[in-house]
Amino acid sequence: MKTQKHNYGTAILAAFEYLLENYPEVFVIGQGLWSPWYVGNSMTDLDKKFGIERVIDTPVSESACTGAAVGASLAGMRPIVVHPRMDFMLYAMDAVVNQAAKWSHMLGGQAHPAVTIRSIINRGGEQGAQHSQALHAWFAHVPGLRVVMPTTVADARDLLIASVLCDDPVMYIDDRWLYDQEDELPPVVELDLATQRPEISVIGSDITIVASGHASLLAREAAQQLENEKISVEVVDVRVLNPFHAEEIVKSVKKTKNLLVVDSGWISGGFSAEIIAKVVEQLPVNCLNNPPVRVALPDAPAPTSRVLEKAYYTSIDDVVKAVKKILNS
Amino acid sequence: MKHELKGLSNPEKYHDPISIKNQDIGVLTNMLSTMLLIRKTEQQLALERKNGAIGGPVHLGAGQEAIAVGISQNLKKTDRVFGAHRSHSHLLALNPDFYRLFAEVLGKKTGFSKGMGGSMHLYDQPNGFYGSVPIVAGTVSLAVGAAMAAKMQRTDDIGVAYIGDGAVEEGVVHESFNLAKIQKAPMLFVIENNLFASHMHISLRQPSDMISRFAIANDIPYKLVDGNDVVAVAKAAKELIDDIRAGKGPGFIELVTYRWYGHVDWRDDVDVGVDRALDDIENWKARDPIARLSKSMIKSKIWTKERELELGNKIDKEIQTAWEMAINDPYPSADATLKYVYS
Repeated sequence: MKTQKHNYGTAILAAFEYLLENYPEVFVIGQGLWSPWYVGNSMTDLDKKFGIERVIDTPVSESACTGAAVGASLAGMRPIVVHPRMDFMLYAMDAVVNQAAKWSHMLGGQAHPAVTIRSIINRGGEQGAQHSQALHAWFAHVPGLRVVMPTTVADARDLLIASVLCDDPVMYIDDRWLYDQEDELPPVVELDLATQRPEISVIGSDITIVASGHASLLAREAAQQLENEKISVEVVDVRVLNPFHAEEIVKSVKKTKNLLVVDSGWISGGFSAEIIAKVVEQLPVNCLNNPPVRVALPDAPAPTSRVLEKAYYTSIDDVVKAVKKILNS
Repeated sequence: MKHELKGLSNPEKYHDPISIKNQDIGVLTNMLSTMLLIRKTEQQLALERKNGAIGGPVHLGAGQEAIAVGISQNLKKTDRVFGAHRSHSHLLALNPDFYRLFAEVLGKKTGFSKGMGGSMHLYDQPNGFYGSVPIVAGTVSLAVGAAMAAKMQRTDDIGVAYIGDGAVEEGVVHESFNLAKIQKAPMLFVIENNLFASHMHISLRQPSDMISRFAIANDIPYKLVDGNDVVAVAKAAKELIDDIRAGKGPGFIELVTYRWYGHVDWRDDVDVGVDRALDDIENWKARDPIARLSKSMIKSKIWTKERELELGNKIDKEIQTAWEMAINDPYPSADATLKYVYS
């Protein structure tokens, strides 16, 4: 089987190309699409290849453009809305939360908003509070909305394709800090998003780290470091946050008897709490050797000043320390 | 506030029979009959809400029937119509099936939305009604997207959004006007200007009572029409829709009207209304779109009082039968709450 060398960004680009080539009902709408320097190398030249009628650059109107995509999906299209920064997408919350997520339910399963909303976490670089947010936990709280956070290069491509081919609204969240990863990918096989589950990305026996998106990459890198110190870490990548299935995680924790959750959002009311709650609910009493721990952002907006910013974001070292603290307690 | 609507917003004017010159008798009779059916359906809902048989809110549009009926004269089943909280007439003008509306309002499995929506979330896509929701202005951008899709799908179908004068105070409506224009979307914006948003008169909310100023701002062709004259509504809509179907981009029609009931349920709301008086309601009732058409038809000797009485009795009987049926229909099964979350 012929494989192709990709990084995370070109894997997303490959998904767009696959979808636009094979599905005439797919179109893309969002700001910056005719000059997509906002989105790394993930959308280069799509407008030239597929035409500006299917790759639509828009007025500065997140709300109407997202709503229009929802409406087009009700009329048989499979639109992808692109929000180069999640923060600006907050203008579109009605279209996402009140409309896309609810139409199937409130109309008796007759309407299918098959819309994919690609929203990008794009932070660091002293950008500050309104260019930095990771709000996946909000969206995972909303029934009817599927929430996807691909970590690997393969998932960046294959979960985008699965999201667009799914009949439900999907929030697909990618993080610019994942874009440097490289991998060899086999040809596309279409996946059914509804059957996707968390995946074990590193096998280990001393502790389970659960994470999604960029936090999952940190967990993998921490696991590598800890291996040198003879600590065997199992990493479970969540992949799909809503609807959230914890069975694979429960299985892993039953084996390792220790649980650390790493998350790229804020700690309070975050997705890390949901993971721990759902796992602990399904564990036998006294299964855990230590209380579960979470590592996530402090409850503050992102600072701009570089010293504060460096301390604010979770590092590989923070994850390594948290593991050692759990195992040595 | 600038009174740019002049006589159109003055409840003491436009009481005379409407002009039906050169109109087809069959079309006129059909429009009269559909308006009467919608009126009587909503009167039934008002009564049963007051009696307590209906558990949830109903936003009634009695007095505004000419708008949906006039617009729908020019629509096809493949067009994409979106409504809001006060959308019984928008749906019934496309499909006068009051039985399924009753069933829906009662939360029954046999309703338009399988009993999952109630009065405020209606669906009948096979007849062009894509959906209605109570978030004010919530469907306007959706309708623009459905219109954009019609263009991409190389059809001559159009998107239609019913928008109240209150909804234009939401920012997304202005984004939607702009987007539709720049995309040349085949889209008709229908403004039902009934001068009230919930309890508040437009003079307390906007600097002008004429919503068409936003069409001018977005360079969208528009018409400003007496919303209680079904013939005028149908004629103006036809001119706009012909151009929209021909690929000339969006159109905009503002229809001045008044709702007889208060914002929600059967009451007049003169107590909670700001600038809403019984005198005004009585005057507006003299601008009744049904009576004005009926009088014109009787004057032209193509209709009689007896026939109208007969028609009214027939509809009343059908409504009673449909109501009894809906009352006895089953509720959704217990698994429905979780079943419809995902497809």
